[in-house]
Amino acid sequence: MTAPALEAIFREEWPRAVAILARVLGDLALAEDAVQDAFAKALERWPRDGTPRSPGAWIVTTARNRAIDRIRRERTFARKAELLARLEVISTDEDADVSTIPDDRLALVFTCCHPALAVDARIALTLREVGGLATNGIARAFLVAEPTMAQRLVRAKRRLRETGIPFRIPPDEVLPERVADVLRVLYLVFNEGYAATTGDELVRRDLCAEAIRLAKLLCVLLPDEPEALGLLALLLLQDSRRDARIAPDGELVLLADQDRSLWDRDEIGEGLHVLRRAESFRRPGPYQLQAAIAAGHAEGTDLATIAAVYDALVAVDPSPVARLNRAVAIALAGDAETGLALVDELEGLDGYPYRHAARADLLRRLGRAEEAAESYRTALALTDNAPERRFLERRLAELGRSGEHREQPSG
Amino acid sequence: MEYLALIHADEGEWERMPQVERDAWYEQYAEFARAAGAAGVLVDGAELAATTSATTVRVRDDERLVSDGPYAEVKEALGGYFVLNCASFDDALDWAARIPAAAHGAVEVRPVHVDAEA
Repeated sequence: MTAPALEAIFREEWPRAVAILARVLGDLALAEDAVQDAFAKALERWPRDGTPRSPGAWIVTTARNRAIDRIRRERTFARKAELLARLEVISTDEDADVSTIPDDRLALVFTCCHPALAVDARIALTLREVGGLATNGIARAFLVAEPTMAQRLVRAKRRLRETGIPFRIPPDEVLPERVADVLRVLYLVFNEGYAATTGDELVRRDLCAEAIRLAKLLCVLLPDEPEALGLLALLLLQDSRRDARIAPDGELVLLADQDRSLWDRDEIGEGLHVLRRAESFRRPGPYQLQAAIAAGHAEGTDLATIAAVYDALVAVDPSPVARLNRAVAIALAGDAETGLALVDELEGLDGYPYRHAARADLLRRLGRAEEAAESYRTALALTDNAPERRFLERRLAELGRSGEHREQPSG
Repeated sequence: MEYLALIHADEGEWERMPQVERDAWYEQYAEFARAAGAAGVLVDGAELAATTSATTVRVRDDERLVSDGPYAEVKEALGGYFVLNCASFDDALDWAARIPAAAHGAVEVRPVHVDAEA
């Protein structure tokens, strides 16, 4: 068996094993250590003896035995006996079909995305425990030193234990908001790989792929949740444009100027298919609507129709950012005056660079160069991202050259 | 597991409040305590006297240093607490959200430390 094939099995089986041990032991850190031990053993045995008939069951059984060893080495007796007794419920049949192992992965997802954890901790825990990524990989993706990421994970697991955050699927009355918390974490993971353009391109690409993989897992675990499908569709459709959004010279390319032959047709097809499945539930939500907008761009839908989907989006998500996007869509659909008036109405976005960049763009289209320049400068002062800065600087320079001449909308 | 719910609220506002309004709040607290008691969750709880009555003591180099006033001067001061016995952190948060001060001040929820080795 090749190393990548082994890696794929590990990533697939990791959350199942961590979840069942965490539920039984009530301690995520102990569960993770035992599963880590089991994987180390697999790495040693499998290439020599061959891959077991049921890799998942082998891992769970081995992790259970490793947990027993670890607990036996503990100092005190009372807790030891209790934990050992709890492990009895896990099957010792390493050839068993994996479907006979209780699936606690959904509880694991909810626990890692619990709102009592800081958002950074939720992201790191989800990638580690559900995604099975190694700490150094997560650290690289988030551009922090490995000890920093290790510390973040240790603190998060300690907080889970000390606060007594339950390892469970939340009860129905809070389920919708907790599902929204989970979807948000996955979207943040994706955005970290997609929006940021610093760091190793391959690492970022992998992070997007990981977010998509986790979204697919979530769709399996929550088959009746159209917003999970909506998120997956959105991620696929955004990811399909990845190669077109950065030019060979590293510059950012806006949607309207992208080379469509670089869009990933297969990924678009998959995204559209998932979106149709989501929409068949007839329970729209913010992710489905954002995916519908992305689908509109992929299919070349006219901008007025896309602007209308933004109206629906703002109705379910009246956040300032959603309203900003709607204003831009209206402007791109041909009504820059209305778009600008809507942008100027927004409150609470003064520190948000995209608001100023959007305002600048609309003023530029309306031929109000001086005001546009001022907004570009405000946006620049708020932006650290290098390609975005270069983009804004280029636009600012163009304004200087074109003077008071009105530029044609490019939209 | 036991959780301490620390009730933080604007003390000045409380002091300026007319008695009838204050009584209405007390009734809400009594209602919370009845519900938590009936659910077997309530372990203990009390309102604290105003922070003007607080005294902070420190011992440094065997010398006792006593200062008047609370440990930290904040607008939303610690004004009371409940000890709640809940099956999980989520339950503790649900109960804490029902404490009247959660609607205008803040309720900090802290698990009471349990020695894992004990």
